Order: sequence, then structure tokens, then C-alpha cells
Amino acid sequence: MRVASLGIEADFEGWRTAAREFLSQGVTPENIAWRVGNVRDLFADVSAEREPPPFDKSIDAAPMRVPRDFLGLAELVVCHADEGRFALLYRLLWRLREDHDLLARTTDDDVFRARAMAKTIRRERHKMEAFVRFREIADEDGALFVAWFEPEHHIVEITAPFFARRFASMRWSILTPLVSAHWNTRDLVFGPGASKADVPGADHFEDHWRTYYASIFNPARLKIGAMKSEMPVRYWKNLPESTIIGPLIREASRREADMIGAQPTPEPRRSQIILDRMKKTADVKSSAAAVSGHNALGALRAEAAGCRRCPLWENATQTVFGEGAAQADFMFVGEQPGDQEDLAGRAFVGPAGKVFDQALAEAGIDRGRAYVTNAVKHFKFEPRGKRRLHKAPNAGEITACRWWLEQEFDLVRPKLVVALGATALFSLTGLRGGLLKMRGSRVASQRAGEVFVTVHPSSILRSGDEREAAYAAFVQDLRKAAQLAA
Amino acid sequence: MAQADLQSRLAILADAAKYDASCASSGSTKRDSRSGGIGSTEGMGICHSYAPDGRCISLLKILLTNHCIYDCLYCVNRVSSDTPRARFTPDEVADLTMAFYKRNYIEGLFLSSGIVKSPDHTMEQLIRVARLLRETHGFRGYIHLKTIPECDPALTAQAGLLADRLSVNIELPREQSLKQFAPQKNVASIRGAMAGLRLRIDEAKHEKARSRRAPSFAPAGQSTQMIVGADDSNDVAILRTSSTLYGSYDLKRVYYSAFSPIPGAGAKLPPVKPPLMREHRLYQADWLYRFYGFSVDEIAQGARDNAGMLPLDMDPKLAWALVNRALFPLDVNTASREELLRVPGLGVKSVNEIVRLRRLQRLRIADVTRLARSRASFRPFIFTTDWSPNAALDATHLGERLRAKPQQLSLF
Repeated sequence: MRVASLGIEADFEGWRTAAREFLSQGVTPENIAWRVGNVRDLFADVSAEREPPPFDKSIDAAPMRVPRDFLGLAELVVCHADEGRFALLYRLLWRLREDHDLLARTTDDDVFRARAMAKTIRRERHKMEAFVRFREIADEDGALFVAWFEPEHHIVEITAPFFARRFASMRWSILTPLVSAHWNTRDLVFGPGASKADVPGADHFEDHWRTYYASIFNPARLKIGAMKSEMPVRYWKNLPESTIIGPLIREASRREADMIGAQPTPEPRRSQIILDRMKKTADVKSSAAAVSGHNALGALRAEAAGCRRCPLWENATQTVFGEGAAQADFMFVGEQPGDQEDLAGRAFVGPAGKVFDQALAEAGIDRGRAYVTNAVKHFKFEPRGKRRLHKAPNAGEITACRWWLEQEFDLVRPKLVVALGATALFSLTGLRGGLLKMRGSRVASQRAGEVFVTVHPSSILRSGDEREAAYAAFVQDLRKAAQLAA
Repeated sequence: MAQADLQSRLAILADAAKYDASCASSGSTKRDSRSGGIGSTEGMGICHSYAPDGRCISLLKILLTNHCIYDCLYCVNRVSSDTPRARFTPDEVADLTMAFYKRNYIEGLFLSSGIVKSPDHTMEQLIRVARLLRETHGFRGYIHLKTIPECDPALTAQAGLLADRLSVNIELPREQSLKQFAPQKNVASIRGAMAGLRLRIDEAKHEKARSRRAPSFAPAGQSTQMIVGADDSNDVAILRTSSTLYGSYDLKRVYYSAFSPIPGAGAKLPPVKPPLMREHRLYQADWLYRFYGFSVDEIAQGARDNAGMLPLDMDPKLAWALVNRALFPLDVNTASREELLRVPGLGVKSVNEIVRLRRLQRLRIADVTRLARSRASFRPFIFTTDWSPNAALDATHLGERLRAKPQQLSLF
């Protein structure tokens, strides 16, 4: 039997050095007793005679290649209070020589146990970050924050750096039964354990904290089990708020019953005064808005903002109305706003809008002489996770929205209306299909005289390898439109 | 008006804030105070305490004032309530936040407010507190600011540069309900505010990708809250609204808040016991939608016998599986990850572990049980090399057997 003595409870480096040595000598897991500090173990006597001299740490035993995951796992497992932790880790190491995939065999007894221990440590560390409570005291150098904490595992060393990062400018000490951690705003130092009596008895902010704790609790939602599973009772003795948990629970059901059984309370008198005043302000605002929309197009836009002519408003952010010069030469009609247009409330600002702008400029059409709008004014989509998938509007929606398009046309009276894509074509002419045959030419429209037909710029984005040709053809169409309007 | 002492105002203004469910402090940029200031955020949020309602206490969640000119019937702070009123000065909030933070009680501040004077004025006050914390106190912890939908977008733009998270509450699932219960709010301005936030958050992320020095804008994103049980919307309607919100505005979370009795409730919306189990089922359904590849239509299949309400005595995945038994049992050793995610009792983590492990070995039922860490509700829906559910899956009483047993709450 070989004995490995480790310096401290969570002595990862000590374990690693010893484990390398044992491994290089082919010592099997059953033949090692791991112990911490000067505690004499069961095998101390039998092994005393045969024990080799302590490892020479300057001679680095040939390191074995282990999966990176193993070191991360081992660093956590050594913090566990389980006495078998070092033996377990060595056994894993031993088995890893033969089976490199061992750590991925998550239902293997050793692996399962080690992973469960690591999980416990992660949780315990997280709970320490959560439940340490500092009390402020003052010494000759100013404010000092001191906490008493009783962890179940050996996690102070791996958790203290968190507090150093968070409270870098504060001097603090965390005292625990086995070890203490001190931060002087520059260095993190570990010292011997302490006792609860070493921490000041109170801090007047604890009263405020209890007040907050009591007030943020909703007595109508009592779930004691949920509280205890996340804040196990063993932590309570060092939490200032724990003194009021009992009373809060005892009074909860009465408080809930009181609220439910109470008579409706009368409204305070000032309530009606405030509401009346607000109503007046709102009326003034809306009449001011009506005045500001003094031009007909502005008024139409304001009216369309509340459109309920089809159900598409329900899921969309807003009506995306047309925009541009009131006496524009061109009126471009797209299909419907897309994701970006819906968010921004403006037509043709998304990816297709960028293509459109570029093509417009290339065809020599000044956007200032154009009015751009859509056949349908709300975005129709299907939510899919974090995205919205565009859905083509149906005939009913297009027809409902034609109400606005026709009025826009009547007010703008452009020299030329350009239908971008099939939806616009249908809206303006009633024609279904045949877009590609008609593109680059004019077709008759009952309400808009003649309509020049081309594709929607989004089709260029979807044309893959053909994109350049598609774009060139689109610009070509726009040039033609420019000539027609000249 | 004389101000009561800090402690009693804290009681009023924390009480007034507790109906906002969110207390999350996760998902922000990684930062700490080694280069100055005080505080840190390291990605994972920390719950510093738990109230007896089982809710995490991560942030100092308070109102700057509970005076309010709005009259939202479900709200304890509505203008027509006779609740005691109080307010903090911005300095008081900043000082209290710092004092709590230094004692490690909290991760930061979640500040909201009743609407006083005007939406713009209210938002300006919230921003003042955040600015005090960041600039005067060098605070690097977490700040969540409630955003008033009707305020000037320029104010929202300032708020996002100071806060980790911003939120606009949708309040109720349907426009009609909002009109009825929150007459001063309107769904267009709420969605408009969310859309504006999304554009700014996206833009800031885009800038950040190009230059690390670009300013962060609400790096922990935006969230919202919906009250459940105040109006008569059913669960499917609620889920449709929340899925639309997730898709449209890239929300980090939609919080469902069971309508809870308030002191001094009015006659128009009398208090009832909060539908806690319903709230829980909605969260489960929300998870199915976000992490398990379910569509709202599929989740709705489990609610179809019950007028669009999810069953309370089983989780929504089980409810869906029971009406889709033809898809089961699945062979754990060959089924796709997407299929396994649909097995009742198997979570995302367990499924990932199953998929990883089966590359090395064929799984037995004991392996699955070990990885699932759950009660064995998955057993009728799978088979392995040494397990087959046989007729169990087709048994008419399967639903009965897997239903959660009613649990008596234990007294303390």
C-alpha cells in the first residue's frame, strides 16, 4: 500500500504530482491511500516501512496525455468533501490509459459519480457567490467588509477570485471554519480558518434588506418547496433575511384571504381629477395631430395607422404607409413591408430596399421624384423561433388594402405607376400570373391608367448565381420606365 | 409633502414592484471592477436569495415612485387605488443599490416607476438613476430599466447605453383586453417601442462586431411580461402572442405573471387566487416553443379538448405526446435529436447526452434513466436494446397513469 499525503483539502496540484508519479510507476488504484494533511489513516502503520521517500517534485514524471475535459473535471472534484475523491480521480486516470473515450461514457459508474461531484461543486460555488453576506466595519484604513460562511465543500479557494473581480476596490475578508480569504484591493491571501464570533454582530443595512425581502414576497404565491430547493435550509443560519421567513409564511394565507375577501375600495377623489386632466391633454394632442396632418396625404397616412380592414394588423408592429413626394413622377408599388420595414415603419428599408435604391440610382431615377409604397401595408408572416418567415398576402388582404393604394394614387397622380412583382400587379390590374411575360411593358389598369410592370427587387436577392443578370435586367426595366415618364 | 423614512418607503416601493416577475441578471457582457469602479457581470445571473414564493431575488426591484396617472385595473399602483404612495429621489435609489451591492445582497437594480407628470418626465428620472450609478458610483453590476412605451425614442436611446436590459411590458395577451383593463396604454405604442429597441440592439451588435470599442446597447437584450388570468384569453391565444413577440422583437424572455390579488383592488377586476399552475404550464409551453422545436399549433393539439387551455395535471409535452401516440415508441439508439426532444420526460440536456453517448455504445434503459434524471415518464415512449413498452403506449389509461398526483403544499 502506497500513501499520498496532500497539503490541503482541495490540493489539485499535489494530487496531480502524486498521480503522475504513481502512474509512471504503474501503481494500481487499489494500492494507494490518499490522505490530507497530517491525518493518519488506516494504512499508515502497515505502509510506514515500505513507504518510499516523498516525491521529488523537481523531476517531472513524463506527463500522460489526458483529455482536456479531465483536468477541468478533476479541478472541481478535488473540492468535494467526499473522502474518496482523490482515489476516484486516480481510478479515472488509470482507466483513461486504456480507454480514451472514458469521460464520454457518462453512464459509467466512475464517470457518473465524478460528474455528479463536479456538478455539486459548481452549484456549491454558485451558492457561495450568492449567499455570502458582508458586514461593513471600519478600521484605521477605512471600510472593511467581512463575511462568515460555512461551505459544505472545499470551495473557498476556487470561489474567492470571483469576489476579487467583483469587489476589486473594496477591502474584504471571507471567514470560514477551515480557511479564510482576504483581499486588500491588490492581493488575494488565504489564511487559517476562523469562527463566527470573529465577524461583527450586525450591519444596519440588514434591517433594510429584511424590509426589502418581506415586501418583495407575494403572500398569494406561497411555494415553500421551491424556495428550499434553491436556498437549502443549511445556508439559512448565516442569512440575515432568514429570521423573517417563518413569520412571512405563517401570515401568508391570511394576507391572501384578506385581499380576496376585501370589499372594493373607493377611488380617491384625486383619481377622477387626474384622469379628466389626462383626457383633456390627449384630446388637445389628437386635434394637434389632425392639424399637423393638414396635407391630404398626411391625413391619409394618419388614418391608415389604425387600419383594421383585414386581420394582418393583429401581429404586425405597425402600418407601413407609402412615402415620397406628393407630386412624384413615379409611384412604385411593392408587395408588402418585410421584417425591417415592419420594425422601422418605413417602406423599402430592408435588404430588398437597398437593392431597389441602388438600381434606382443606376437607372438615373431620383428617389426624391418617386413615391414608394406597397400593395399591402402590414407585414404578413409566420413566427419561427427568433425569426419571422414572410408569407405572401392572399387575394382578400390585397383587395382590402387596395382601398389605401387607390387613394394614394389619386393624391399623388404620378406620371407612371410601376408595379414591382406579382402582388402589386394583381392589386393594380387584377391580373394573376404572367409577370415575366409582361415585365418591361405597360398594361392597362382600371384605376391607375397604365401600369409599368417589373419584378420585385427581392427576387434579385433570391436569384442565386443569376443575381448579376437579374439585377441588370431590373435596372434595364427601370431605365425604360424613366424614358416612359420623361 | 413630508417624506416618510427610507425604510417605510422601501417597504411601499418594493411592494409596488413585486408584480413584475423578472429578476433575471444573466446574459450581459462580461465585465468586472479590476480596472476600476465596483461590480461585475459574468454571464450567468446570480440569485442572492429566494422569497417564500419560490422566486429568485437577484436584483433590488423597486419603483422610483408608485404615484401613477394611469388607471390599469390590474395594477396596485393605478391612479384609482387608495394604496399608500411614496417616492425615492434618484440619489436615494443609487445609494441603496450600492449599499446592498457591497454587502453582496444583489446583482444590481431593476428600476421601474409609476407614470408621473408624463412618460418623458418619468423616463428621464429612471435614466438619472442609471447615470448616477454608472457615472458617479462607477457601478459595473446589472441594471434593468423599465421602458415607458410612450416616451421619446431619444430617451430610450440614452437608457440603452446605461442599462444591461430594457423591457416594455405587453401587459395583456390581446389588444381588446388592453383597451378594457389599461385604457391609457395601447398596443401600437408598446409594439412600436419593442421594434425600436430591437433595431437599436441589432445595430449596436452589428457595430460591436466591427469594433470592440463600439458602445453596448442593452447587451442583455429586452424582455416583456404578460399577465395571465386577468382577462379571458386562453392559453393558445397567449402562446400565439408570445411566439409573435419572440419572433418579431428578438425578446430574451416573455414572462408570464399569474394575475395576483392586490391590496385595494377595485370592483371592475376583483381579486382571485392566482393561477400558478397555469402560469407554470405556460412557461413549459414557452420552452417547448423556444428550445424543443415545437410550433404553437403543435402545442395547441394538447389543448384542443379543453377550449384552448393546456391541461393543468400534465406537462404540455406529455399532453401533445398522448394525442400523437402514433409517432411513438422511438428507438433511443436511432431516433434523431429532433425526435428525441419530443419524448416526454427527456430534456434538452438529457437528449444531448443521449446523442453523445450512443456514438460510443448502444444504450440500455438503465443508461437512459441515468441520463434523464427524471421520473420514468419516458418509458412508454421509447425502446432500447433491453426495453420495449409493448402495449403500455396504447393503454387508454396511460394519461391517467402519467398525470401528476395532486400535491398538498406542506406547512412550514
